Amino acid sequence: MGIVSPGFQGRPRTAEPALPPGQYLTEDFPVLSAGPTPRVSLDTWEFVLTAETGAEYRWSWDELMGLPQETPHVDIHCVTRWSKLGTDWQGVSLDTLLDGVDTAARYALAHSYGGYTTNLPLDDLRGGRAWVVHTYDGGPLPAEHGGPARLLVPHLYFWKSAKWVRGVRLLADDQPGFWETAGYHDYGDPWREQRYQGD
Amino acid sequence: MTDMSYLDGNMLDGPMRELFAVDLSSAMGRCDHCGMTGPVAGLHVYSHAPGLIGRCPACTEVMVRLVRAPDRAWLDLRGTTFLQIPMPLDQPHPRPL
Repeated sequence: MGIVSPGFQGRPRTAEPALPPGQYLTEDFPVLSAGPTPRVSLDTWEFVLTAETGAEYRWSWDELMGLPQETPHVDIHCVTRWSKLGTDWQGVSLDTLLDGVDTAARYALAHSYGGYTTNLPLDDLRGGRAWVVHTYDGGPLPAEHGGPARLLVPHLYFWKSAKWVRGVRLLADDQPGFWETAGYHDYGDPWREQRYQGD
Repeated sequence: MTDMSYLDGNMLDGPMRELFAVDLSSAMGRCDHCGMTGPVAGLHVYSHAPGLIGRCPACTEVMVRLVRAPDRAWLDLRGTTFLQIPMPLDQPHPRPL
């Protein structure tokens, strides 16, 4: 039997990636869905911002593609405890979409094809922190991951990044969405582990 | 003057315990959206999600949402007009006071 010696110069340990509390790292991309996957034709797809006054600002697919495009490289954190690091997307910043929209609203409610909703403070859609994305990892966003387009708000739990997004309503008062009315946290900051109401 | 026209929620404990101790898969539920009434066991349940979502098999609208936290649960039945639960006559049942 030989004696196993660790030696004096081992390889340095790989630094564990920084994850929010209670999360584990995943390399694949789990598909979570609360209902049937909507199939939306690009010919009829639209994104609509509705101000609290009722004024509507609409973009067709071609119009969205004509706006300045950004390529966020971000970590995402699902409330079901998986995190995925360094994901690559392409889309349009909400700053671009909100530019020129006359609003005094403090809250937003994203709504999707298929009926899903989720709420956020409007400030969290500004400041280069939120996008409507249509491309994932160099290819068209698959329908099971929210294509043709989904919201991407990576600094909050991923349920806030509404799949199949159709629009955002700007609201004077907070209006909890699909999961927020069923026990989940109103804000959902993964770094403060705001999973459920009262966390 | 103390209002004696209602009781606190503690009185619901017995009746609710009795209600939810039954096998709900044998219950019938009415979809509040389309009106279809069918067995709870026939709902389409989406479980790869942050909670359990039971949808009407006819119109796909949400009838039941159940979210389970480690120490709490939330049950949302707003999409269900009623649940009809088999309760044999020889089984005690909650009565109005």
